[in-house]
Parts: sequence; C-alpha cells; structure tokens
Amino acid sequence: MNSFGLIFTSLLYLAILFGIAYWAEKRAEKGKSMVTNPYIYALSLAVYCTAWTFYGSVGRAVSNGIDFLAVYIGPTLALPLSWMILRKIIRICKVQRITSIADFISSRYGKNATLGVLVTIVCIFGLLPYIAIQLKAISSSFLILSNADIDSNSGFFAKDLTLYIAIVLSIFTIIFGTRKIDSTERHEGMVTAIAAESIIKLLAFLTVGIFVTYIAFDGFADIFRKAYQVPNLKKVFVIEQEGGFSTWFWHTLLSMLAIIFLPRQFQVAVVENVNEKHLNKAMWLFPVYMFLINIFVFPIAFGGELLFPHGEVNPDNYVLAIPLKFNHKLMALLTYIGGFSAATSMMIVETIALSTMISNNLIMPVLLKNPKFQKRFEGNLSNLVNNIRRTAIVLIILLAYIYYKTVAEYYSLVSIGLVSFTAVAQFAPAIIGGIFWKGGTRLGALVGIIVGSVIWFFTLVLPSMIGAGIFPVSIMKEGLFGIYLLKPFEFLGLKGMDDISHGLFWSISLNAICYVFFSVRSKITSIEHNQAVIFVDIFSHSKFIETSTIWRGKAYIPDIRSLLVNFFGERRTDRVLRSFATRHHLNLEARHADPRLVSFAEKLLAGVVGTASARIMVSSVSKEEKISMDEVMDILKASRELMVSNKELRKKSLELEKTSEELREAYEILKRTDTLKDDFLATVAHEIRTPLTSIRALSEIIYDNPQMDREEMENFLSTVIKESERLSRLINQVLDLEKYASGKQKLSLEMADIHLVIEDSIEALNHQIKDKGLDLSCNFDRNIPKLEIDRDKLVQVVVNLISNAVKFCQPDYGEIQIVTHLDDAKVSLIVKDNGAGISQEYQKLIFDKFYQAENQTIKKPKGSGLGLAISKRIIELHHGEISVESRKGFGATFTVVLPVK
Amino acid sequence: MKEQLKVLIVDDEPSILMSLEFLMRKEGFQVFIARDGAEALEIINRELPSIVLLDIMMPNVDGYEVCGFIKNDIKLQHIKVVFLSAKSKEADIEKGYSVGADLYVPKPFSTRNLMSRINALALGIATN
Repeated sequence: MNSFGLIFTSLLYLAILFGIAYWAEKRAEKGKSMVTNPYIYALSLAVYCTAWTFYGSVGRAVSNGIDFLAVYIGPTLALPLSWMILRKIIRICKVQRITSIADFISSRYGKNATLGVLVTIVCIFGLLPYIAIQLKAISSSFLILSNADIDSNSGFFAKDLTLYIAIVLSIFTIIFGTRKIDSTERHEGMVTAIAAESIIKLLAFLTVGIFVTYIAFDGFADIFRKAYQVPNLKKVFVIEQEGGFSTWFWHTLLSMLAIIFLPRQFQVAVVENVNEKHLNKAMWLFPVYMFLINIFVFPIAFGGELLFPHGEVNPDNYVLAIPLKFNHKLMALLTYIGGFSAATSMMIVETIALSTMISNNLIMPVLLKNPKFQKRFEGNLSNLVNNIRRTAIVLIILLAYIYYKTVAEYYSLVSIGLVSFTAVAQFAPAIIGGIFWKGGTRLGALVGIIVGSVIWFFTLVLPSMIGAGIFPVSIMKEGLFGIYLLKPFEFLGLKGMDDISHGLFWSISLNAICYVFFSVRSKITSIEHNQAVIFVDIFSHSKFIETSTIWRGKAYIPDIRSLLVNFFGERRTDRVLRSFATRHHLNLEARHADPRLVSFAEKLLAGVVGTASARIMVSSVSKEEKISMDEVMDILKASRELMVSNKELRKKSLELEKTSEELREAYEILKRTDTLKDDFLATVAHEIRTPLTSIRALSEIIYDNPQMDREEMENFLSTVIKESERLSRLINQVLDLEKYASGKQKLSLEMADIHLVIEDSIEALNHQIKDKGLDLSCNFDRNIPKLEIDRDKLVQVVVNLISNAVKFCQPDYGEIQIVTHLDDAKVSLIVKDNGAGISQEYQKLIFDKFYQAENQTIKKPKGSGLGLAISKRIIELHHGEISVESRKGFGATFTVVLPVK
Repeated sequence: MKEQLKVLIVDDEPSILMSLEFLMRKEGFQVFIARDGAEALEIINRELPSIVLLDIMMPNVDGYEVCGFIKNDIKLQHIKVVFLSAKSKEADIEKGYSVGADLYVPKPFSTRNLMSRINALALGIATN
C-alpha cells in the first residue's frame, strides 16, 4: 500500500475523531450532552484495551496459550466487585473535587503535597514506557502495511511517521484536554471520541476474526482441529506446567487493580463520571466488551500459525498479516485503523491524566509556596495552569517518543504493559486502606508507596536496563553487590514464579506491610483525621457536601473572590458565589467570609489546581483560627496586664491571676482525663461553654474598649472572675464525679453522730441563711445511734442539700426544716423547704450526671450543677438512698435514708 | 438609621446578657432584654424589634419555639433571628436554620466576628 495514502488515511481518521469531539462539545453547550448516556461511559472504559490488546493478545496466545486471558478476566471480575470500591471513590471525588489519582491520595492523607509529588513521579516513570509502546505499535503496523508495495520515495516519511503522529496527537490532546479550565475537569468531547474509538477497534478486530474463522478457514471447529494437529500448538490448549495457577492468580489480581488505578482508567471511570448510576450499565456492558474483543484471539493465533508455519511473521502482527496474505487491502487498512485507534485513545487519555497531575500535584504546589511567584502571576493563574499542562502534554509524548526510539524496540508489547500495571498497583494499599480504614496515615502511605516502588524498580525495571546494557549482567546472576538474596528475579531467594508475579508479590506485600506498620506507629494530625473521616464515612457525609466545614478562621470575602476570579473569571465567580450565598443565607456584602464559604471556595479551587495547592492558596489569604482554652488564657492575661497599670485595680488583678492560674491547672487535668465517656463529655463541654462565653466576650470587650467607664469595667472584671470560679468549680465537680464513677474514690469510715454532721453543715451556711433572712428549724430524733460513715463526705451532701434550699427560697419568707428519725434499722434525714419547687419532669433528671443531654432544649433550674449527682454517688457508697418529693410552687423535700449496721 | 433599630436579647445567663447589652448599645441599637422565652414573646409583640438575639436552652419556652413563633406570624416574620447557642453540632445548626433562623452563631463567639455579622444584618435591614 502506498505510504502517502496511509499517512493521509491516518490523518483523516484523526480529523474525523476531532470532528466527533467537537460535535459532542457543541451538543453539550446546547444542553444535549452525550456523556449523560451510560453507554458512552461504559464504552469509554474500554480505553483499557490498547494496542497491546489489539496486536499483543494474539502474540501472547501463541507463546503462552490461554494465559493472555488473565489480564481480561481481572477487569471482568473487578468491575462488578468494584461496586463497593469504585462507587465510593467516585462519590469522594465529587464531594472533594478530586481530579486525579495523585490528588486522591494527597487529599486523603491530609492534603499532603509530598504524597502528590510522589504519586505523580511514580506514574510518570511507570507509564512512559507504556505510552512509548503505543507509538511502537503504530509505527510497526505502518511499516508492515507500506512494505506490501514499498516505493523509494516513501522511505523518508515512513522513518519519521511516528514523530508526525506524535506531534498531531499532542495537538489533539492539547485542544481537547486543556481548552477550558473547570473545577470538574471533565472533557465531554474527549470522552465521546474515546467511546467512538472503542467501537472502531472492536469492529476492526471482529472483522479480522470473522474473516479468519469463517472465510480463511471453516469455522471454530475446523481451525481448532487443524491447530491441534500441529505439535507446537498443543501446549496452548492446556494451562501451563508448574507455577501456572500462581501466574493466573497474580496476573488476574494485577489487572483488577490496574482497571481502577491506571491514571487513564481513573480519568474515564471516576473523573469523567457524571452519574454514579452509569456504573450499573458498565458493570455488565464492559465484561461483554471484554468477551467480544477476546473471542477471536485463538482463531487468529492458530490461523496465523497455520498460514505462516515457518515463523516468517511476528505473531504480534498476525492481525495485519493475514488480511494482507489474502490481498484484502481494505480489510488490512481497517485493521490498521483499529490498532491506530486503540493506541491513540490510550495515549490521549493517559497524557491528559498525567498532565493534570504534573500541573496540580507537581508544579503548582511548589510554585504557590513561593510568595514572589504568587505575586508575579496574580490574576493570570488560570492561563499559567493551562500552559503548564500543555507543556506537560508535549513533553510526555516527546519523552515517550525518545523512549520508543532508544529502548522500546527491544521488548514485546505485553511485557512492558504489565510492568506499568505493577507500578500503579503500588497505590492500592494507600487507596483501598484509605477509604475503609481511618487509621491509615500519611507516613504509612508514604513509606508503603516508596518501598513498593523501589522493589518494583529493582525486580522489574532494573532487569530490562541490564538487558539494554546499562548495568552489568552480574547483578542478575549473583545479586546486587554480589549478595545472593538480592537477585532481581529471585528476591530473598523466592523462585518458581514468573518475573511479573514475582515483582508484584514482593512489591505489593512489602508495600502493604509498611503501610499498616507505619500507620499504626505514627501519630495522626487533625487535618488528616478530618480527611480520613470524610473519606471512610463518605456516604453519611455527602449529604452535607457544601457544609462539611472543617475550617475555622478569618478571611475576607473580597480576597476569596479575587482568588476565584483568577480561575473562573468575574462573571462565573459572581454567579457561583451568589447561588451559594442564597442557599446558605449568607451575606456577600459582609467583610468577613463565612467558614462554609471559605471551604466551598477551597473545594472549587481544588478542582482546578488540586487539593494541596488549593489549601495553600486559601491559607495565603486567610488566617486560620483555633478557638482554644489557651486563647482565652491569653485574653485573660492581656486584660490583666491592662489592669496592672491601674493602681486601684491591682488587688482585683491578683485575684484574677489566681483564678486564671487555677483554671489553667484544672484545664490541664481535664485535658489528661481522656477516659471520660463521650456523652458525658458532650454534656460537660456544653456546660463549660456558658461561662467560657461570658469570659471570652467580657474580656474582649475590656480589651477592645480601654476607655470604658471604670465602674463598668470593674463590674465586668468581677463577672469574669465569678464566671472563672464557676468554671473551675464545674471542672472540679467533673473530676470528683469521675473519681466516683471509676470507683477510685474510697470512703474513710468512722463511727459518728449524724447530728454533728448536720450541725457542721449548718455552721458552714449560717452566714448565707442569715443574709437571706431565712428561717431554719431542726427536729432531731436523739435515739439514733452512731453510724459508720465518712463524715466529710456526708457534710458535703448535707451542705449541698441545704444550699440548694437556700437558693430556691424567697428572701425573708423562706423556711427550711431539717428532720431526722429512726425506724426499722434505717435512719432518715430530711431537708424540706418552701421554695420554688421542682416540676415532675425534672425530678427524675436532677440526680443524673447526663442531665442536660444535647437533645434537650429546656433548661433545668439554674445552679444545681453536678452537686446532686455527686451527692447521689456518696449516698450510694454508704448503701443508702436519696430521693426528692416536690410540687411546682410548693417547695421541695429531699430525703436521705442510711442503714444502721 | 441604625439608632432606630431595636434589638432584643434573650438569654437566661446574666453575664452573657451583660456583654451582649454592652456590645449592642455601643453600636447604637435600642436594646431590650428578656430572660426567658415567654418574656421574649411578650416584648416581641409589644416592641416589634428588628433583630432578636436568641439563646436556645432556656427555662419554659425554648429558642426554637420562639423562632418558630416569629417566622410563622405574617406580622413578625421580617424580624431577623440570630441564634446564639452552646449547641454547636452540625445537626443543631441545621435545625436552627430549618426553623427559620437568619444566622446561627455558636458559643463561645468572638465579639468582633459577631458584631460584623450583626452589622451586616442591620445594613441589610436599613437598605431594604
């Protein structure tokens, strides 16, 4: 065939592809999007089938028999199984606006930039050879076809055809991969074109298959019977000798991982997914596609062996050679286009995915950390991102071309593909662990991926470099540095596996072990923890996609807006912000941005520049704020310093210093007591917030208003002190209660008179009772014997009961009665008042330490704190009972019953 | 304009009332105080304030009920309701907005932050 004609056909094909992509984008603009069709989604997944499938399967079937099927059985199994994994990954990516596999890992482990860089680098090194072999496939198929009638003029073009194809492909990829910048990073035109390519390569392969089976031969039965008579082909019918099943297992596993973690698969399956429900279609349609594209592999392989019995044609090229032998030029051309489409679709998607990673995870985070740079490109970042991606696309394809020219010539299609699969399989522990296990940490992921990649390099890449003469052959035979255990194909002495299974086994298992080991050993930071929770529990979080705020701090709306304008332009930014504001009742005129708005903006940016870069950008215009106890302490300290200058207030200042010191100590203790139960903690946290609110607000007022009226300032300060005391009292009670609950509190029992206990208690409160003008009367039963009690603890109980009575009695009209009596070996102690009383519903609650659980909104009468809960514990330790009787408005009667021994 | 705006503060903690009252007076609002939900409703009907700062956990009538009362009354629903509450879980905030609140500020709050948001609300009322 004339090579000019062939070049022309190739370019024409690309032009048609271009037309399809363009048409799909135009349709999308009119609202008739192609990608809302689940069949397009399922077909685009078939980008999995590259030139390796198209040409290489036949070659592998000839040399290894049915083995070739393993890498198709993997995906066929993976897709239905991945309902669990893939659906979760899709949801996470939508919520977090993640646009690549590097971004996914970086985001999961605390938006860590280092991880993003690492994953990107592994992808580049792992996939460059894989892209290179696509170029190799294009060029060798071209040579076979043009050799059919070679003419002297075509030499020049034929030699460099690959380079031209590479250039045209770069242009195509740039146009459809980087035309618009968007936070979803979807490329509708590209996806539609890829789906079309999937149809073309399938049709081409089926045509050759049908031709070989039914025209060149006489059906499946005929071709199999003839092949069986050839001694060399007999081995093809059985699963291989030793290690055969292990090879099957590892290759199937490997391709199951590849179908999700290859950047191009991640791009089409996750990033380009518009509707999770499309997975349902893909789950059966993709396996059907796999079946169809494999069904004629054996007939073509056998046909080739029968037609070219003397090895004059490389089995990788049977698909093309057979139509040529029968002089069916049109069919040969169709086959060529089929292989061409398999190769180009892979290159386009892989390059777009890699270029996104290079710009978002490799280059932008580094650039954005440099403030000088940020200034220089202010207002022009969107163009910058696009230019980085364009350059990356050209560089990737150019590097692949160089690799093809220098190294790839020497290797078969399949072997290089499987080495690439093993490289991306290194992400499996970090990703699968990351979406099901909250304990996975950044360090674990980092060490796991590094160790896995090093082993990958050593067991699979190094041998090929040795083969190319870069390193000495002695490493293969004697091991690295002559160490026997370090042979690339027999690592740690493991023998009997093929090189891919061997490399995969060691790299992935050591990777997973390191991931788990270092995750368990390392500490988790708060942002990592947040991301872990969002990823693992995505299905319960995604209801609050926009409001899942983990950010608190100060940022100004104009700053946030100008960040967004950089990427989305004025009009789109304003539209997006307005609709977000309406949804969440926010005021865009305010100066300060609401935290929800800030995290929304961060997610939008993440879609464009990656999560790590987005975080850097947002934090450059905002001040993150942690509202902590320490901060309150600082405010207290500041207001104290203010007061020191004022002599008259010095005394108060000393008091304040003392309480704030006590407060700090109590807080430290509380911080250490992390064994408290969760709901109890919630109750306490809620209780603590009330005095904390006053302390914070009043201190800030004093700090912000140094000129305020002195009397008012004094009033405020004494309130701050009062509230601080309340806070430390509360904390002490909490600690007390915890001692009782954990059984650490012991009684020191002695024989004592209960009446002395009561008199001591009255003594302590006498002042208050007199101040309020209350009438206190006692009626004691003198027959009560001494009891075995903890005197101090019981005083605490009685003081609590009497002081409650004092609190709820009206001044001057209040009456409190204390009565004791003995009956049936039981002593009763009654404290009765005529105060406000307690309504029925609260009577059950007041002894409970969880008395103000978060779902309650009606408050219990004030001031009762945790005192009654503590009293109840003390009485229970004495084997007694405490109870209350009351009617609202008619006072309350508390009764303590203690046993006589 | 601003000095004509009436603000009602509803909270059962005297110390919190103290700070909020100071802040609101300083901004030039006319301030009213209520110590529980029932008292709040009485003042709302009598004074028709423009903004209500509302605690949630209170004796007798709670803040959600007061807010619901305001937002379901055609004569009152223009009143801006700001919840100030120690309940700060996502679900609490969702509930606050679902009963019609215009703003939900968790306690403890930063006074500067609170004031800028209140001022933004007041500005909205003034420009309407």
